[in-house]
Amino acid sequence: MRLEKRAQQSAIALALAPVGALAFTLLISALLVRWAGAPVGQAYGLLLKGGFGSVFALSETLTRAIPLTLTGLAATVAFKARLFNIGAEGQLYVGALAAVAVGGLHGGTGFALPAPLLFVLMMAAAALAGAFLLLGPALMKARLGVDEVVTTLLLNFIVLLFVSLMLDGPMKDPSAMGWPQSVALQDELTLAKLIAQTRVHTGLLWAWTLAVIVWALMKFTVQGFNIRAVGANTRAAMFAGVPVTRTVVLVAMLSGALAGLAGAIEVAGRTGYLTLDMSPGYGYTGIVIAMLAALHPLGVVFASVFVAGVLVGADSMSRAVGVPTYIADVIVAASLISVLVATSLTQYRIRWK
Amino acid sequence: MSAPVLKLAHITKRFGSLTANDDISLELGAGEVLALLGENGAGKSTLVSILFGHYTADAGQIEAFGQPLPPGDPKAALAAGIGMVHQHFTLADNLSVLDNVMMGSESLWQPFTRRRAARARLLAVAQRFGLDVDANARVGGLSVGQRQRVEILKALYRGTRILILDEPTAVLTPQESEALFAVLAQMVAQGLSIIFISHKLGEVLRVSQRVAVLRAGKLVAQAKASETTQSQLAQWMVGHAVSAAQRQPANNVGEAVCVLDKVSTAPARERLRDASLTLNRGEIVAIAGVSGNGQSALAQLLCGTRAATAGTVVLMGRPWPQKPAQLVALGVARIPEDRHEVGVIGDLPLWENAASERLQSRTFSRFGWVRRRAAYAYAQRVIAAFDVRGAGADAPARSLSGGNMQKLILGRALVHPQRDATATPKLIVAHQPTWGLDIGAVDYVQQQLFAARNAGAAVLLISDDLDEVLALGDRVAVIHDGQLTPARPALAWSREAIGLAMAGISSPQATP
Repeated sequence: MRLEKRAQQSAIALALAPVGALAFTLLISALLVRWAGAPVGQAYGLLLKGGFGSVFALSETLTRAIPLTLTGLAATVAFKARLFNIGAEGQLYVGALAAVAVGGLHGGTGFALPAPLLFVLMMAAAALAGAFLLLGPALMKARLGVDEVVTTLLLNFIVLLFVSLMLDGPMKDPSAMGWPQSVALQDELTLAKLIAQTRVHTGLLWAWTLAVIVWALMKFTVQGFNIRAVGANTRAAMFAGVPVTRTVVLVAMLSGALAGLAGAIEVAGRTGYLTLDMSPGYGYTGIVIAMLAALHPLGVVFASVFVAGVLVGADSMSRAVGVPTYIADVIVAASLISVLVATSLTQYRIRWK
Repeated sequence: MSAPVLKLAHITKRFGSLTANDDISLELGAGEVLALLGENGAGKSTLVSILFGHYTADAGQIEAFGQPLPPGDPKAALAAGIGMVHQHFTLADNLSVLDNVMMGSESLWQPFTRRRAARARLLAVAQRFGLDVDANARVGGLSVGQRQRVEILKALYRGTRILILDEPTAVLTPQESEALFAVLAQMVAQGLSIIFISHKLGEVLRVSQRVAVLRAGKLVAQAKASETTQSQLAQWMVGHAVSAAQRQPANNVGEAVCVLDKVSTAPARERLRDASLTLNRGEIVAIAGVSGNGQSALAQLLCGTRAATAGTVVLMGRPWPQKPAQLVALGVARIPEDRHEVGVIGDLPLWENAASERLQSRTFSRFGWVRRRAAYAYAQRVIAAFDVRGAGADAPARSLSGGNMQKLILGRALVHPQRDATATPKLIVAHQPTWGLDIGAVDYVQQQLFAARNAGAAVLLISDDLDEVLALGDRVAVIHDGQLTPARPALAWSREAIGLAMAGISSPQATP
């Protein structure tokens, strides 16, 4: 068996690819649901209802989508330039840590600055912390050819241990009854709720605005061209006069900053303080979202709502029919693989000898 | 002709809507050299790949020595005595000649290698065909001509009776080519059959008994080499009458535009060593040489992607500006060797590729925002002025054919975004600008270089094709091992002298 490039892509195939991918994903997952002994139709119905079926469900999904959108954007920007940033999880945590450091109530009081200024400083600190965390791996890649997949991945564990150190040490909240959690943010710095009596907060608007900004940056600016050119063909980009090292460094700062903001917005919008279990792997799921969105910044918005909906819906479905919540991971992973396969099948055909 | 050793009957192969081979029937006799002639994309490689079992034909059969050859089975092709020498060698540099020849010919299950028997057999084969090679030499230390000999030996060692040579002279000096032709003659005299793939008309007539011409997947003509001419072959190849590039002497040579003085680049696989060269207004200086002798270093230096470590480069009286964007702004037009991988960014659309070299200039961007309308309009001007066909400004550049891609690169280099379409650059650096193009596109590119020169540009042409160097160059220098001979008028060089200089023999700087 081998793949042969199609002479031309048909519009019908392009339109049918996502539908086929979704159908295949549902089929695979249905087999597992059956295996768990639950009725497939009911399980899917509950999943859909739990993720999107009510104002409450939708608000939970959107809440979950906020950090996923930002880490998805972080992965998108980096992957566009072929900088494989697997470290969004670590950047998210240092961002959250920096936010708490600037905006937290240390020993009962925070910095005596006007709240709007402090808010800006808090977000900037988070963005910078994330950006600088990725700067090292990016420079090592550009200058020494060190594989950034390895360095960014391993940095995640170092960062988590560092955060753990801080939460058990200097930044531990004395009033938390011994739990390793940080001091809380000043009340004026937390984000307002979008819908009363739900958890969805104005961070959603931030995330969506940033998606539009990233999209415009990639599409309409010289820097965006540089990023796409370096990612598509580094040698040709260099020949055309793109400053390759500078572009890689810029991409790293941007990607790290987006992931850092994800952490800060999560703290400011949802938790109010930092714990070690704040992110159930948002940084890694961001990679899946970026791939599902075919590295399109606006696609990230939709992909993150889809993934968040599946995760939230699976929670409520599993409570009702007793299918483990891992089904959500299976659905997300299967959809990623089938979307990738479907996309490549629009470009290639399989030839059996 | 005696009974054919190889018979291709009605071979047809389609890729999507493209018919790469259309009902091709060919026969090869014992002791015959058959030249397979055709432009790039005519279907030569596909046909050979089918013969060798890499592809399966949609229709048609192959018979070797009277036995049908199972389709899609390279092992069967080897067993039937079909051997191939690829244009890009498939040798392991870190192994000896003997190891390379034995590689893959022994069973993995036998406990010990039989080196002594293998060596004896290798020497016998080498002697029989006059292929003189040191069996213990490491392949990495051999010259290109010697490596090719190892490739041929490898095929002969496995009992090849039908040898396919893919563009064998592309990497050789004229003298090495002569040596190869002598070896081929000896092989044919001993009854072997050879398929010689080429697009060089002269050598095709020189080595083969019969010529088969492919065009657009069809076998358009077969002729005895003794009964045809170069112009007849060219006409079959292209489909209409063609004239070879005519020398157009420069008549308006002006002041120096770019001067290299004892320039060296950092040690690498290819480098420059103390190279001096002067490029004048209204003149084409052509650099000849066997590929891999520093041409890339010279081209990259002048394209702004490689730095000099010693010596000076002066552009129009000022120090060399180094960065590609600065060079382009000063009027340096650059045509890189590898158009697919360096010349364009295949995934990005034509219009972005057209504007890419000048994207930072005020014409195409303000405050970091791309002026898309200006860039788009410029791309359409380039497309129109240089007749880029096959894709619109929004299509990804990779969808262009090689010739149209080269037109896009040429157009982007020669069309100034502000002045009218005929404003010429100061300096043109063209590295292998016609490599792999069909004859029509070759002619177009060469005419553009002549036109730019006549309009006052200084042109540096770096080419592996000696015919092109001699036809286009007003002055010619030869590069060998990173060192340049002085550039002499093209007519002052004999072919022999160039060949020797390419081998580094008579070059005055080569023997300090």
